[in-house]
This record gives sequence, structure tokens and C-alpha cells, in this order.
Amino acid sequence: MKKTNAGHRLEIFFRDAELDTRGLLLRDKLNSLGLSTPIEEVWLSEVYTLEGDFTPARLQEVAGLLLNPVVHDCLIDEARPLSSAEIILEVGFLPGVTDNVAHSAAETLADAWGAPLALDQGTYSSTIYYIKAANLTNEDRRLIGRILANALIQRLDWKDRPIYVAENGMDCIIPRVRLEAGKQVSLIDLKISETELVALGKEGIIDHRNEQGQIVRRGPLALDLPSLAVIADYFSKVEKRQPTDLELEALAQTWSEHCKHTIFAAAIDDLEEGLYKTYIKGATKKIRQARGAEDICVSVFVDNSGAIIFDDEYLVTDKVETHNSPSALDPFGGSITGIVGVNRDTVGFGLGAKPIINRYGFCVADPGDFEPLYRSPGGANQALRPRRILDGIVDGVRVGGNCSGIPTTQGFLTFHPGYKGKPLVFVGTLGLIPRKTEAGRLSHEKAALPGDYIVVLGGRVGLDGIHGATFSSEALTGGSPATAVQIGDPITQKKFSDAIVKEARQRNLYSSITDNGAGGISCSVAEMARECDGCRVDLEKVPVKYPGMAPWEIWISESQERMTLAVPPEKWAELETLFSNRGVEATVIGEFTNSGRCQVSYQGEPVMDMELEFLHNGQPVKRLLTKVRPSVENEVVLPTLVKLPLKDLFTKMFGRLNLASHAYVSTQYDFEVQGGSVLKPQVGRGQVDGFATVVQPLPESAKGVALSQSLYPAISDLDTYAAAATAIDTAVRNLLAVGTPLSHIALLDNFCWCSSDDPERLWQLKECARACYETAICYGTPFISGKDSMYNDFSGFDSHDQKVTISVPPTILISSVGVMPDISRVRSFAFVKPGDLIYLLGSGGSEIGGSEYLALLKDEKLVDTGAWGRASKFDPKALLPLYRSLQEWTAAGRFRSLYPLAQGGLALALGKGAMAEGLGCALEIPASERADLFLFNEYPGRFLVTVAPEMGTELERVFAENSCTRLGRVEAGEEIVIRQNVEISMQTTVSSLLTAYRSTFAGF
Amino acid sequence: MVQPKALLLTGYGINCEEETAYAFQACGAQTAIIHVNDLIAAPHQLSEYQIFVVPGGFSYGDDTGSGNALANKMRHTLWPELMAFVAADHLVLGICNGFQVLVNLGLLPGDTDNSFGNRRVALIANSTARYECRWVNLVADETESVFLRGVSSLNLPVAHGEGRFYAPPETLSELKQRRQIALRYADSEKQPALGYFPANPNGSIDDIAALCAGEGRIFGLMPHPERAFRLSHLPDWSERLALAPDSDWRQPGPGRVIFENAVNYFS
Repeated sequence: MKKTNAGHRLEIFFRDAELDTRGLLLRDKLNSLGLSTPIEEVWLSEVYTLEGDFTPARLQEVAGLLLNPVVHDCLIDEARPLSSAEIILEVGFLPGVTDNVAHSAAETLADAWGAPLALDQGTYSSTIYYIKAANLTNEDRRLIGRILANALIQRLDWKDRPIYVAENGMDCIIPRVRLEAGKQVSLIDLKISETELVALGKEGIIDHRNEQGQIVRRGPLALDLPSLAVIADYFSKVEKRQPTDLELEALAQTWSEHCKHTIFAAAIDDLEEGLYKTYIKGATKKIRQARGAEDICVSVFVDNSGAIIFDDEYLVTDKVETHNSPSALDPFGGSITGIVGVNRDTVGFGLGAKPIINRYGFCVADPGDFEPLYRSPGGANQALRPRRILDGIVDGVRVGGNCSGIPTTQGFLTFHPGYKGKPLVFVGTLGLIPRKTEAGRLSHEKAALPGDYIVVLGGRVGLDGIHGATFSSEALTGGSPATAVQIGDPITQKKFSDAIVKEARQRNLYSSITDNGAGGISCSVAEMARECDGCRVDLEKVPVKYPGMAPWEIWISESQERMTLAVPPEKWAELETLFSNRGVEATVIGEFTNSGRCQVSYQGEPVMDMELEFLHNGQPVKRLLTKVRPSVENEVVLPTLVKLPLKDLFTKMFGRLNLASHAYVSTQYDFEVQGGSVLKPQVGRGQVDGFATVVQPLPESAKGVALSQSLYPAISDLDTYAAAATAIDTAVRNLLAVGTPLSHIALLDNFCWCSSDDPERLWQLKECARACYETAICYGTPFISGKDSMYNDFSGFDSHDQKVTISVPPTILISSVGVMPDISRVRSFAFVKPGDLIYLLGSGGSEIGGSEYLALLKDEKLVDTGAWGRASKFDPKALLPLYRSLQEWTAAGRFRSLYPLAQGGLALALGKGAMAEGLGCALEIPASERADLFLFNEYPGRFLVTVAPEMGTELERVFAENSCTRLGRVEAGEEIVIRQNVEISMQTTVSSLLTAYRSTFAGF
Repeated sequence: MVQPKALLLTGYGINCEEETAYAFQACGAQTAIIHVNDLIAAPHQLSEYQIFVVPGGFSYGDDTGSGNALANKMRHTLWPELMAFVAADHLVLGICNGFQVLVNLGLLPGDTDNSFGNRRVALIANSTARYECRWVNLVADETESVFLRGVSSLNLPVAHGEGRFYAPPETLSELKQRRQIALRYADSEKQPALGYFPANPNGSIDDIAALCAGEGRIFGLMPHPERAFRLSHLPDWSERLALAPDSDWRQPGPGRVIFENAVNYFS
């Protein structure tokens, strides 16, 4: 080990390698990569690097605090002897990347010593992998490296055995952030050439010239020429000066597509008010008016989440976010930051709601697709493979959700080749909040008052999440783009989240609260300032992770785990004491005013001073024009039925990526914490994935919250109107099936679009939004919250160095949330008793455009690859009578099971019903139907239900008008027999379906 | 009947305190949820309680080993009060992360001379190297455990990443001999899981899921009895309803007996 006075290394490892589970499993994982030589053994060590001077006795004490003497050994500043390892790798974080393990280690040392560590006593964690394998090639090493480390956030150091021995171990590396001090605010001249202005908008403010004399810019402002012209005009005419760099950065944040949703807000074709106001808010407004006193909405589109009535005393809130781009770069960091971030949208709702349920949804490409993609030409800058992305995003939501003590009950995985360049990561959180706080305030209303202190609490501010900023350290040469990536810290957040929703809210210690997300305090403070019309901030008071940050960096940094509060001065002492006792840093950084201005100073010098009105509403309104996108729909030429291997197709459906068991994900997520789970992610002894979950948030109330979601990206390829309408129908029908009344269901919309400058893509967007409007109004299910992400495109190069662009299929995710009066209404889709009658409620459908069946036929080469088919068009009004009859029956508890048909059609519903409790069934397909289309088509509006035999007559009478078809009965034993015209069309068993269902993700 | 008072610890990532407090209340105890820092600031208040509970959760994010950092903090600040508490005729319960804390504190299993403070066993990363949230079957060994009186088997959920029980061979045989192994993972026929996943969800040696000490008054378990408190918690609740639509969701679930036993101990 290269000795250094700068720090000490403690290396902790299992005394008995048999207990080193991670090493054993990692060996197997590496051997699945197709290396040229097998990996024989892998051993791990955890390393803590402590900066500063410690006596040997002190280091022994530290070791005692960090290891478990029953199973661990520890070495201090000493190389671990190599048994038979040939290659040694160390993976640690790059400077400035959130290191949660090290953070906890530092806290445990501080606990023991009764004082926090000094700022120059940094603590850092890393992992060493000792690998036994003969003659790993460079390609082998590259593959291993890509599994163990992400170069964007981690360093990866290799030593071969002789070097490790010669140098006495790995090196002591201290990833301290070192910044050049003395960065000041500068004025930006906007009277420059148009070319210069374009560069300013696209690539950012000029930062410095590098050693080669080239201009280095700070990263995109994403301000177009009309916006820059308005800004130039404002500063010259109103402020009569040039803007500061900080002002320009703040405007860029506030006006960004991410914050202001410019495309959804823009006038589009004949819609002067834009898509959002016309179709999304418009639907909700119309539904609320029609409902009158029966309105379930309380707070919609105005706060961090939307809220509906739970009961007389509580509201339930919901919000679904996306975190797509960060997850493409660092899947773990992207998804954990996403889930922990959307938790704050709950804590930041009203006066602070308690997060009670997490949702997730991951859209990725086939994890078996190993064809590489590159961000740069010449095979450079390889993008992460779908499998690596999937593994990382699954892990991130696990750590974020589980560590926060929020049950993650509801989610989905969707696979489509269009997600190869950029995955979609959906994360959502539901909250619960008393309608009135203990102090008698309406909890969904809040307003900062002039004179209130501006208080930030939680984590400190660093360079994380600032575009393009770079930094370096002694240990690393050059800069790294690590600032683009953040890693959530759920425990820091859990501490303040508990203190807010369980203590400070009750004690009425603040007037207003919001979360710090995109744009950091530049957005949260300026947003709250609208409540009282002004703010004044002393930027140097903002707690920072390390010295040397420029004022603009502090103002727009998106470092996670922070909230902003408006605190009346007389409450500050009590609030400060409370948070301090809960281990949370809270700091006054200024005050709210009624000056009409956003005023920021740094060390006494003004760095921002402008009208709030211009900051929020000065942006020029865009006008967008769309162009009809020609339809690709066509006729599918199907083989004749006798030529189709029906049984084989039926079984294969259950193993398809989209339909197979995703239990390996849901069982990693704690869906039981908080003790309210009623309908769980898996159903029956067969552990079959459900489509909806139900939670009972209050242990003494019979009321349940039901959640589901739906998306049909494959239909979007054909018809975005049909995709949205079908998704709404499915998301609503899923909740009806588990026993939720239609009158208490609300929706959330997430649009993830591509190439949104393209008029044809905009036309698809408009069609999609129009479907949202018309379908939601028909069902009377209001939108309460939504989010859009408009540019999910990947531009890069393939393995032949050819340019490729991969766009996601236009994706509309509809999430549904409902309140059911009694959890005793809940039913699952499990067949529960032999002899029960099986019915199909609802009818229609022969189209297979966008269906799993068509995709399967293509994969099996049974139809032409150019076959698109047609999307199912349907009239939601025609479905309502069935839904009304059905909810009367669910309220009365008359069904034994219900399955709302969706992807995979009737076949999937039958198989899942059978697999859940291992019961078979015998069915007869109506003579008039083509068997495969009857089994596999995905026409909306239908349910597969079972009832006790004595209920059959009554069911046929009640549902006669809504179309009901008696298909057969549940059978003892595990045979699934499907007949048509008395002949057996297909016969299989529950166990062969289960095998297909479970095998696809068996190794995950 | 004396109504016992239960103190439930919270803070630093503990997250099951509310549902665990509810379980105690529903069984007749008075409860107080107290932040660890508030307890440290006034440790003598522990003596006002008869039941001390370290609920489940993710104290310190499981970093440096689950339960380790919180145990360190408690050892430095609360040790004399904890020793006085266990010396009295009181109950201590650790669930999941709370069990990990008790093990790291050396409250479980304790030493042969009936003293406490040595770490003698460990709960380490699951053999699947993965967080597991699933329902398991458990059988009770014959012990003095107050919490398991009248219990022969249980069906409870586990949810943890580090629940693999490990003890050196000599400690293991001592635990058996002193009848401190309270619960073991079993299959659906209540036969030993023999280490096989998923019946044994974490690879625990000898299928050990729970320990007791101190004449059965100190109890720690990996599964979550508070999450199996009422009928509606059971994984087959919706299927039960299908066959018996009038089922009452308030009826006891399998985990309730553990809280009832604790409360009834003081009657």
C-alpha cells in the first residue's frame, strides 16, 4: 500500500468465506458473462478510508464500531494477504458522489465520540474484489469492470497479483472534492450576435478557456432565441442593466420544459389554451362540475401531489413522476433519486402528507439484447445494456423504498425495443393527511407570509445535479461528469420526513412547505415566494458540502433530500430544536417578503434582483402546429387455424417478457411495512402477479385504497388515441375488479414522448390528450396530477459505427387510485372452488394490432413482420352499463373471482385464475368465434369472472343486457381443457403454465 | 389487571413503530413512541415502562451491518438503564431490525453467566444476497419465551436483506442446550425447512428465526408479527372472502398472540 499521511484504511471481510454470500453469487454472475476463462472464486472486502490523523488506538476503536466480531476480521493500513486471488479490483465513488455507507459510518463514529467529525475528516467507503481466475483477457476485464462499476460515478482500480504484492496492496485514495475558491458572479452581455446567442442558449454561459485555449461552457440553459430576446429586453428596459449569470441560470431553470411544461402549455393548432388546460385540467373541471356535491377532488394540479377525499377526516394524495435520463446514465442512482424524490412530493403536499404507498413502473428493452450501442462514434462511450439498466433501476427503487419504510405494493415491468436507448422509470407515492391539522388549519392549504423565515432542511448542497460542472481531486486526473448523476439518501430524508409529518405539522411550526426538486432552491424558494409576493435570500447561509461553490451553483444545485419551509420568526426556536433533536440540519437562509421581487445576495452583494412576475410568467408563449401522422395500420394475414400450434402458443404467452412472472421484483420490495396490506402484489399459493393492490391505511377503518395502472405502448405505434383510451379503461376496470366503486376513482397521467419538435409526434400527442379528455369524462374519473417528459430519444452509434436514433414509443401511463368503502369487498382473480361457473362479461373484439398475440406470432414467424393489424376502437359509453351492474355485484360480494382482460386477453385471465390456487378448468369457446382470436384478443371492457354454481341463473339474468357468456367451470385437478364444438381445441396443465410463467426471469 | 406500558423506540430509520404500537394497544397495553435521542436525553424514563420494543426498520440504512450503528449508539448512551430494565421483571422485544439491534447489543442471546453485552451471534446478508419480502411458516421450539406461550406454529411475513442467522458451532450447541432457539423456519407441512429457500428465506443456520433470553423475557425475531395481526393481513384474505363473504377482517391473525402474551404477562 502506498503510504500516505492523508488517511487510513480499514478493510473488513468475512473470516469464513462460506458466509460471503455476495462473493459466491458474484462469481456465478461473472461466469454468466461469457468470459474466456471461468472465475473460480471471488472474495469481497469493505473498505473505510478515513481522512486525517488517527492514533492506532483510535483506529482500533473505529474498527470495533464498524465490524461484527462474530463473523468479520479487520486489517488497518495493511494489505489483505492474497490466498489464491490473481486479480484485485477496488471500486469507490468519485469525488462528490453521495456515499451513504460512509455517511452512516461517520455518524456512528460521531455517536461514539459525542461530536461530529471535522469537515476535513472525510470518511469514504469502497469495495475490494479479490478474483481467482487464470489469464483473464482484456475483453474479460472490460466485461467485469462494466458489471462492477459505473465510470460516471465510480473509480475502478485494478492490480494484478505481482503488482498488488510489490505495492503492498491497493492505494489509499481520498476522493475529496477540491474546488478553486473565489468564484464570483459575473454579468452576461446579451447584446451579442445571433450565433453567439444560440450557443449561449444551447451550450450555456462561457465558463473559462481550457489549456488548449478552447471555450468551455457551463452546460445547456435550454433557452431559445425568443426567450433570450425577452430576457434581454426585460433587463435593458426594466432593470436597466445586464443580467447576472445567476439570474440567467435561474430563469433557465424556471422556464425549462421540465418545470414549466412548455409543450403542454403552448397553444397548439386551434387549441389556444394548449393541451394541458384544454384536455387534462379541462376534463377534471368538467367532471367536478358535473359531480357537484359528490366531487371527490380536493386539491388538483396546484400542489406537489393531487388529493382526493379518503373519508371525513383524511385525504389521500397521489403523484407519479418519471426519472428517465438519469436512469439511462446511472440506473441505480437515477431510480433511487426518483423514488425518494417523489416521496418528497408527498411530504411537500399541503402542510405535509405521510407517504403510505410507493408505485413503480419500468419500461426497458429485452434484457437478453446484448447488441451494443454507443453514445460516441468509433465504439466509444458505450451505453448500458438493457439487462444492466433493468438490474440497476430495480435495485434503486428497492433501496429507496425499503429504507424509507414505505410499502412498495404496485408496479409493472414493460418491455419494448423502443426503450433500448432510453428506459422509462416511473415512480409514484401516495400519501395520507388529516383534512384539518391539529391546529385546525385546512391541511391542503398553505401560504408563506411576509416576514416568515426561509428555512432549508435536510441534506447539504453540492455540485450534484448541476449541468456540466466538473471538479477534480488529487487522486483523479481531469474532470468527470459525475455531477449529472445523483444518488438518493433515504435515511437522511426519513429523518426529516418523520419530523415534519409526525411532529412539526401537529405543532403548527410553519406556514408553508415545498420540496426541493428540479432547480433546487432557485425553484422552491421562488415558487413559495409567489404565495406572499417576494423573497430575500442570503446565499452564503445555505449549508454546503464543501467550500468553493460559485453563487449560481448554490442557487440551482439539485442536491437531494432537502425541503424548504416558511417559518414564522416566533416559531423558529422551537422548530430548530425539534429538527436538531431529530438529527436534521435546519438553516434560515432569508425571509419571505411582499416586495414583488426575488432578491438574492451573496456575502452582502446583490446577485439576483428581479420581478417575481417576470421570473414566473415572463416566458413567451409558444405556438405549435401539428401534422397528421399517416397510419401504419394494415390487415394481418393469419394462417388458418388448423395450421396454428394453439397449445404451444397458449403456453408461450405465459413466458413472454411482458406477461411472465415479475415476482422477482415485487418480492424484493417490502409491500407489508406500515401494516396495511390487504390485496398483495402476488395472488394465491401460485404467487401469480396481480394487476391491482389494496391497502388499508388506518387500522380501525374498513376503508381501503386501491391502486393500479395501465399502458399500451405497442398500441401507440398504431394509434395514440386508442392507446390512451384503452389504458384509461384498463386502469379503471382493474380497480372495479378488486371492488372499488367507479364514483371514487381518480387518474394520473404520465406522458413520455419522443422527438417532440416533430409536428407528427405533436399530432400523436394531441390525439392522445384528446382521448384522455373524452374517456375520463365518460367514466367520470378525474385527473388529479400528471407529468410529462417530452424528449425520450437516443442518438448514437451501433456496433458498425452507423448512426442510430432510437425513440421510445409514445407512452401514456395511466395510474388509477380509488377508495373502497370496505376491504371485505376485495376479490382476487384466483379460481377458488371446483364447480364454480366461469363467465365472460362484456364482448367484442377481433383486432390484434398492438397485442401480445401479434408480437408472439411475429416472433414465431407465423405472420409477416410487416403486419401491424389495427388497434381496437371502442366506445367507453357503451361499457358503462356493464360497469354499473358489476359494481353492484362486487359491493354485494357475489363474485368469487374477477379478472379484467388486458394484455394476453382471455388466455392470460384463464391461466392466471387457474395458476393462483392450482385449480383447473374446462371451457367451451362459442362456435361462432375463431379460437385463437377469442382467446388472445385484447379488446377492452371485459371481465372473466367466477361465481358459485347457484349464482349462475341470477348472473345470467342480471348481466344479460351487458353480454355475458358462460364459458365453463372450475375443475379439481390441474387440467385446463378448452373445447369448441365439443372437440378439444387445446389442453394443458397448471404446472406446465407455471413452468413457462416462472422460467423467463428465473435467473434474475 | 395491570395495564402495562410499552415504550417503542423510533428514529434514524426505524419504521415499524406505529403498527407495532397499534398491536400493543389493541391487546390492552399503553404505548409511547419515543425517539432514541429523546430517550438518550432522559434515559431514566425507561424505568416508567414494563415493555421495551425495538421495532423493525432500517436504522442507519443497514449501513455498517444492519442494527450495528443503532446498537453502538444505544450501548454508548443507554447501557446502564437497559441493564436495570432487563434485571427487573420486564419484557424486551426486537422485531426484524430490532432483533438485529438486540443481537448487536449483546442482549440476545446473552452469556452463560446470564450477563449481557457480548456479541455472540450474527444476522448477516441473506443467502440469496437479496431483500426478501414473503410469508413463511415457523415452528416454536420448547422455550421459556413469554411471548410464545401456547404457540406451536405461526405463519408470518418476513421482509429483510440481512436475516441469515449465524453462530459459531459451540455457541450454537449452547443455544440449543439452554433452549434459547425460539422459532425456526418450516415448510407448509410444519417440517423443518432444512435451509432450503424459500421456506428458509435467508439461509439461517438450523433454520433459526428467533431467540429468547433472560427467562424468556427477552425475545427477538426476524418475522413481523405486527403485519399478521388481523385476518385481512393474511395473503389468502381475498380468497377467504370469495368462499365466506361475511368474514370479519378484524378477527385475529396469527401474529396477535405474541402481543397478547406480552400484555397478559402483567395481568
